[in-house]
Amino acid sequence: MSSLSDKQERHYPTVWDKPPFISNNLLRWGIILGAIIYLIAAIASMEINPQRLMEGIPRGQRFIASFFPPNFADNRGVVWDGILESIWMAIISTVAGIALSVPIGLGAARNLAPFWVYITCRFIIAGSRTFPEIILAIFAVKLFGFGPFAGFIALSLGTIGFFAKLLAEDIENSSESQAEAVKATGANWFQWINYAIQPQVMPRMIGLSVYRLDINFRESAVVGIVGGGGIGATLNTAFSRYEFDTAAAILLIIILIVMVLEYASSYLRKWVQ
Amino acid sequence: MVVINSGNDVVWRRRTTKKQIGIWLGWLVGISIVLFAWSVISEKTVWFFVQDAPRQAADIGSRMIPPKWSYITKLLVPVWDTLNIATLGTIIAMTIAVPVAFCAARNTTPHNSVRAIALFIIVSSRSVNSLIWALMLVFILGPGVLAGTIAIGLRSIGFCAKLLYESIEEIDESQVEAVKATGASNIQQMTYGILPQVLPTIAGVGIYRWDINIRESTILGLVGAGGIGLQLNGSINTLAWTQVSTILLVILVTVFISEWVSAKVRGAII
Repeated sequence: MSSLSDKQERHYPTVWDKPPFISNNLLRWGIILGAIIYLIAAIASMEINPQRLMEGIPRGQRFIASFFPPNFADNRGVVWDGILESIWMAIISTVAGIALSVPIGLGAARNLAPFWVYITCRFIIAGSRTFPEIILAIFAVKLFGFGPFAGFIALSLGTIGFFAKLLAEDIENSSESQAEAVKATGANWFQWINYAIQPQVMPRMIGLSVYRLDINFRESAVVGIVGGGGIGATLNTAFSRYEFDTAAAILLIIILIVMVLEYASSYLRKWVQ
Repeated sequence: MVVINSGNDVVWRRRTTKKQIGIWLGWLVGISIVLFAWSVISEKTVWFFVQDAPRQAADIGSRMIPPKWSYITKLLVPVWDTLNIATLGTIIAMTIAVPVAFCAARNTTPHNSVRAIALFIIVSSRSVNSLIWALMLVFILGPGVLAGTIAIGLRSIGFCAKLLYESIEEIDESQVEAVKATGASNIQQMTYGILPQVLPTIAGVGIYRWDINIRESTILGLVGAGGIGLQLNGSINTLAWTQVSTILLVILVTVFISEWVSAKVRGAII
């Protein structure tokens, strides 16, 4: 006993060290070593061409300089049209996407749906989540032709993966006892959903739908690059015509609208809760 | 909740009449906006093409089957590039996002004007899509993986910094005070009082964003910024539909694996 306390005394640290984030020594050094090897391999395969980069610096300066001052005046009509088209596209695709998401979200909640419905709905969600809106838009443009309709289809399908997944998770986390209480009154399935589940998930869903409107507006700026209409088409035209000052104006307008939407959504969420 | 006495009957209603009319008016305005939006979109649509869509879909679908499996060997390098774009982009984003988040959080910001700048960086990085960043960077840096990596990095700063500064604002102040009471300087308070509290969030956010970035980097090739999107674009433009379906399957598998890894690692950290 005394020898142990001697030992402890001798080794008692006088300086405190911060404990490491990963406590297992072997795992920590393994991860660090693996990360270094990966980083070297990854950067080596990037084929960074220093000469091209040096050439790029003055080009980049000229490029950035040509953005200033942003030109709101020329092309005013086209930009305005594009912005409006994007806004309408974002609204309609959010509404349509949510309308599609509600049945799929109900089906993807394990506590509501039988197993095969659950699996089917989860599969639809996973498919929609995997492919970015742009890939969906490429196919929509192939099928429906150029224009905002293709963008609308792509954004609506993209909304399903986001909204149905969060709805399903929210339903799975909702309180069992309220659902049981409504069921005990003899409510049928629709009444049960409407009076027991819906009030529990509604506040969060309203917040999420405004958030998704914000996302859809931002995404509508890129589906235009592949022909899906909206402000993205205008932006792409501005880039291809080297009208960078107009492009800068469009980007600033997008940032401004997103800021307003973000502010509105946080305000609405506070008001709903 | 109101009870209305009409004659001898007592009727229970959820809302007062005024509130009910207000809600109906809200619905009316909402539905008219949606209908108007729909009329604008439908005006710009060539309905002939839309009616043709099911036939087109069947046509393209039949051309995509069976996927050209031998093409997979040519996809290994693009997939590796895609992974690198996502990983290095996330690393760039996190190294910038952490200081930006500390400047943007109300309790750690050096000054209110710094906070305003940090918030502006966050919003502008979030509102411009990575494809647009890539479009601009390809102009400057030339086509290639580097442009894609920086595009992903710039795009992710806002997302990571936003989640981080929200979690910095929610830390337990008493721990910082305890460190302060030992006579620690500002920097020491940050490293020993605040950082340990947000370290799990930093790791979690980084991995979450990495998972999203894998998905985003699959499309950067469309504007020439490297990764598997380059092959996808080429195959679509040359109408090589069997290659397209192979690429889509490879993307699907990559995304599933990255999602699984991200969920596992986040589960282990938090």
